[in-house]
Amino acid sequence: MNYVFQFGDVFNAWPELLLGAWLTIRLSGLAMLLGLAVAVLCALGKTQGPRPVRWLVDVYVEVIRNTPFLVQIFIIFFGLPRAGIRLDANEAALLAMVINAGAYCTEIVRAGIETIHKGQIEAGLALGLKRLQIFLYVVLFPALKAIYPSLTSQFILLMLTSSVVSAISAEELTAVANNLQSQTFRSFEIYIVVTGMYFAMSLMFAGAFALIYRAVFARTDAAR
Amino acid sequence: MIRQFTSAEFFFLLSAVRWTLLLSAIAFAGGAALGLLVALARTAPWQWLRATAGAYILVFQGTPLLMQLFLVFFGATMVGASVDPLAAAAIGLTLNAAAFLGEIWRGCIQAIPKGQWEASTALGLHYVTRMREIILPQAAKIAVAPTVGFLVMLVKSTSLASIIGFVELTRAGQIVNNATFRPFLVFGIVAAIYFALCWPLSLYARHLEKRFGTVSR
Repeated sequence: MNYVFQFGDVFNAWPELLLGAWLTIRLSGLAMLLGLAVAVLCALGKTQGPRPVRWLVDVYVEVIRNTPFLVQIFIIFFGLPRAGIRLDANEAALLAMVINAGAYCTEIVRAGIETIHKGQIEAGLALGLKRLQIFLYVVLFPALKAIYPSLTSQFILLMLTSSVVSAISAEELTAVANNLQSQTFRSFEIYIVVTGMYFAMSLMFAGAFALIYRAVFARTDAAR
Repeated sequence: MIRQFTSAEFFFLLSAVRWTLLLSAIAFAGGAALGLLVALARTAPWQWLRATAGAYILVFQGTPLLMQLFLVFFGATMVGASVDPLAAAAIGLTLNAAAFLGEIWRGCIQAIPKGQWEASTALGLHYVTRMREIILPQAAKIAVAPTVGFLVMLVKSTSLASIIGFVELTRAGQIVNNATFRPFLVFGIVAAIYFALCWPLSLYARHLEKRFGTVSR
């Protein structure tokens, strides 16, 4: 092996790379928040809704979970414009990620809601709480606490999966790397640095989530 | 010139499934072999071996699969080996699957009650005999459901091989779409084929989970 590593071009591009990483975090964070909102609605429909709604939620979750994310992006990015809906690459990427995260989080949130004991809801009814109040305070918040670890690992998974949206040239870290690669041809150097950046981001988020858990939830555990 | 979407295009997509299946099979076989080693190392009596396997899992689960495929693909080109996309995808997916299967199977090995370990040690069984005759057969039983669940993820992951230029189902869909310009139809069919492969596996995994009463996934 007589390859000479040249990291110069990669390190000179650090502003672009950092901007790409920031866009990856923003894209994943926004997709996770919106996906979680979708998931709460779907989990509500799945546990409380009439039969057709439950069936629709099932179809949505199963279809998304059993097809590749890359194909979902292609359908949204190439398919929607043919139906008259114009989306640029970033909007299509965000939409695909929200739909994808929504399906995975629905399963997680539903499992969380099922951990709530029926007696809790009956106690809420006995206290004269309204249905919405019961759902928010008696069901949803304790459920979110129970599924916090699953949700945070789902977020990190979503962040890593977001590299796939570079396939439609959305502007995030992997797309920045691809552009840099076509300008400098230092493929291996670029991708090893970018892989390191993704790794650092997942470690950072895992650490931050653990700290947040200790600060927010562990205290309420001890108070019990 | 835009081509019509005819039965020829449909059969082109359908025949590309074999490459998706071949890649899944190679990655699963390789990932299972390497993953067993990772799981054994992760539960080994030596701290340094456990730490090494732990680092392997952390790195492969903490970085995007797409980056791993790029690194194998461009890394091989760099050392001068002309690597075809199938080999690069197979190696990348194997290394990735080994990390995930290793972590799943570590959990299964550690789920075997402590008494089983102690009893086999008290009987004076050697490590190899103990693992082969006592621990692994019991761990294998609870490992089936999450392993089938992982298989769904693996089949979907093979779609990323299209990005490094391997013509499997997703890449075939891109090729047909570029010629016919019917994205909804083409990628709809592609998605339906993936669904037909993955959904039965998902249902089977859920059925096994219920039967063996495990919730590990």
